[in-house]
Amino acid sequence: MNQQELRDIEHRCIEEEQPRCQAACPIHVDVRAFMAKMASGDLSGARKVLDRTMPLPGVLARICDHPCEEVCLRESIGGPLAMGHLERTCALGTPTGGKPMCMPAKGKSVAGLGGDLSALTLAWDLAKKGYAVTLLVPGDAPGGALRDLPSDILPPEVLTESLDILGRMGVTVKTGQTLSDDLLTEVRQHFDAVYVECAGDNPLGRSRADVDPVTLAYGPEGVFCGGWPAPDGNRSVITLVADGRRAGASVDRFISGATLTTSREKEGVVATRSFTSLKGIATAARSDPDDPVAGYAPEAAKAEAARCLHCDCMECVKVCEYLKHYKGYPKLYTRQIYNNLSIVLGNHYLNRMIDSCTLCGLCTEICPEDFSMAELCLDSRRDMVKRGKMPPSAHEFALEDMAFSNGPDCALVRKEPGRDACAHLFFPGCQLAGEPDGRIPQAYAFLREKLDGGVGLALGCCGAPALWAGRQPLFEEVVAAFKAQWEALGKPRLITACSSCLSVFRQAAPEIPAVSLWEVMEAETGLPETTGFSPAAPVAVHDSCTSRHNEPLQTAVRAILAKRGVAFEELPLSGRYTECCGYGGLAGNAHPELAKAITERRAAASDKDFLATCAMCRDRLSHVGKRAYHLLDILFPGDATDDPATRPDPGFSMRHETRARLRRQLLAAVWNEQVDAKAPAGPDFVVSPEVRARMEARHILDDDVKRTLAHAETTGRKFLDRETGHFLASFTPHRVTYWVEYVMEGDVARVFTTYSHRMSVNNVGK
Amino acid sequence: MAESLVYLPQSGDWTCAGCGGPLEPKETDVTYLEGGFNITLLTCPKCNMALLPEYVAMGKMLEVEQLLEDK
Ligand code: SF4
Ligand code: SF4
Ligand code: SF4
Ligand SMILES: [Zn+2]
Repeated sequence: MNQQELRDIEHRCIEEEQPRCQAACPIHVDVRAFMAKMASGDLSGARKVLDRTMPLPGVLARICDHPCEEVCLRESIGGPLAMGHLERTCALGTPTGGKPMCMPAKGKSVAGLGGDLSALTLAWDLAKKGYAVTLLVPGDAPGGALRDLPSDILPPEVLTESLDILGRMGVTVKTGQTLSDDLLTEVRQHFDAVYVECAGDNPLGRSRADVDPVTLAYGPEGVFCGGWPAPDGNRSVITLVADGRRAGASVDRFISGATLTTSREKEGVVATRSFTSLKGIATAARSDPDDPVAGYAPEAAKAEAARCLHCDCMECVKVCEYLKHYKGYPKLYTRQIYNNLSIVLGNHYLNRMIDSCTLCGLCTEICPEDFSMAELCLDSRRDMVKRGKMPPSAHEFALEDMAFSNGPDCALVRKEPGRDACAHLFFPGCQLAGEPDGRIPQAYAFLREKLDGGVGLALGCCGAPALWAGRQPLFEEVVAAFKAQWEALGKPRLITACSSCLSVFRQAAPEIPAVSLWEVMEAETGLPETTGFSPAAPVAVHDSCTSRHNEPLQTAVRAILAKRGVAFEELPLSGRYTECCGYGGLAGNAHPELAKAITERRAAASDKDFLATCAMCRDRLSHVGKRAYHLLDILFPGDATDDPATRPDPGFSMRHETRARLRRQLLAAVWNEQVDAKAPAGPDFVVSPEVRARMEARHILDDDVKRTLAHAETTGRKFLDRETGHFLASFTPHRVTYWVEYVMEGDVARVFTTYSHRMSVNNVGK
Repeated sequence: MAESLVYLPQSGDWTCAGCGGPLEPKETDVTYLEGGFNITLLTCPKCNMALLPEYVAMGKMLEVEQLLEDK
């Protein structure tokens, strides 16, 4: 990711766009913050918000003509926020104010011809920046048309106090001036720049058409003009202010020798891409004060300000536990991730964050601008892998699991016995193959019976773990190996039971025609005659996130349920908007606690039992205590007699063993080949459920324990605790060192604890 | 050089089951990725075997592993 790519990605997320009100305000008052303070009754806090952007806030807040109200998002649900009245109420309830902070004197001087609101604004802004400003005003005092306002709207003493503040900021006022071209010519010689205010009778005769609309520069160098009333003669107070501010910025650039024109898009009224969902927001009617001059009573002001929606987006954060967890939003994350990737020496604090997105793609569906956090995270993972910055612990376990699934103990590719042709190839996927009651033999037998042309079988992993881990070359290797086998079988149609496999193959090997088992059963074979478990109460259909864009698959699943007479309901987020179970993207490897929170959030979406079509979804849900079925539970009778929704998550070791057993079982039953179970790697052992849970959490497999036991028992390299009689032994088969505390009870070990570490410790594990 | 941290078992009366001999605290190298340091563990001097207790593996050591992985 280079700077430009970063900008492009960042730009997509509109979370930091100004809300409509603020964008429509020529001086960008932070309306949201103002409303929040007003809603809590904190008038002086609200006033501070105004003071940040407003010149002469005591004056302006009383009289602003609030164009922001015209665009307020509340329009259709109760009416726009009464920004004008609330500002006025705030100004009425707070002191006129003190002198704002001013920068040290610059030694540069600016003259303003005129004393109305635009000239006062220019003086305010430039005095703050350290310029010596002199206002030359007709009559005996500055203020211009402000002095003509009814005194209850703008009390003369408020104007006077505000002008006093200007005085304390160092602004000089010369009264009794006759504004003329001669005067302009004269002051231009004595000041570094001059502003001509064209309010009122406009004695100098310049029109808006004479000046550059962006800079307000007029003919002679260093002269700027602004502050005209609207063509129809109306005065928009805030437009006058905007002119003064724009001219002030030009003067500052001119005097400091900067370009007058670049990067001025953000000044004045701007366009905004801001998006805020109105879903679920109740109508609340606007209420104006009984007496607009006196403003709101305190409670009424609070109530009106409380109607503000605090417009921002956060749509993706609302639906994603991961995005919520890191307490920001994608625009912010993009920059943080970019910084993390750019670090050469030092800590990469965000590695774990990059690795814990489930890559589920929900954010992109939800986002009005199609921002893809998944793409950002996956690209970043690939980048980390390439530069050797991927933490080994993040994905190693899952990659080893994949290697095991695709290794000689579990993988299998065969044509249907007795058939030369292979028109279809059933690919159940490694997760379903790891389910003790996964019904793969039944499903395979069913397909063989119902489909013509020969149905082959392939056991193995599609490569999703390598894809998700950002290990692109490894992933391509897995897919290429599978493709070679597929070609050797005569390019059959692929029938997958797992939607992740389906989406992986469709993406990485589009030349392989692939379809889901559910669609085949729905449209081609019909359902099996013998039925599986039939839930009595309605179930909630959980679409897996990898089937998000596979509408035919989702439709087939529902059609199957209907045919089987299983009542079902839709989850609030389903189909295209489905949520991940927490397994996606290997999030559970990189950040188990967060992945668990993701699963729990999904489980809480309905109190109905869930119906999943992915073994991983089902197991993860069941792991957090959610009753969940797999669709195959309903289609085929299982070996287990219990309610399948209570079937526990088999866990890592059981999954390993189940895959290997499934291969042996199918070879024997279908191809009539006997394969010996591999010789045991070490003694059998027993553990308490607590220790079993610890093993799962620490990614320690039975096999790791057995090999450690075998190592200790054959070499005698172990410690003995003379108090308890326990042995403690360590073994480092590969990169990880395993420790096991145990006693031998005959041939079987009783294991009290087991733990592991990745650091290599001298004289340990050998 | 600063003295290395000492990590002894929190309970038990540990001996070497291989040779039956007593264990002695000994400084031991720990390495990972590009990092490394020394800690003191109970060791059988005869069999060259060090005992790393669970609380170290799952505590301090895990922390340091994660730190080094993010370097
Ligand atoms: S949905 Fe999320 S990513 Fe998209 S604009 Fe909103 S906050 Fe940004
Ligand atoms: S609801 Fe509030 S934040 Fe949104 S446009 Fe209106 S005033 Fe602005
Ligand atoms: S977990 Fe899913 S919704 Fe959340 S950021 Fe990642 S891809 Fe987007
Ligand atoms: Zn010894």
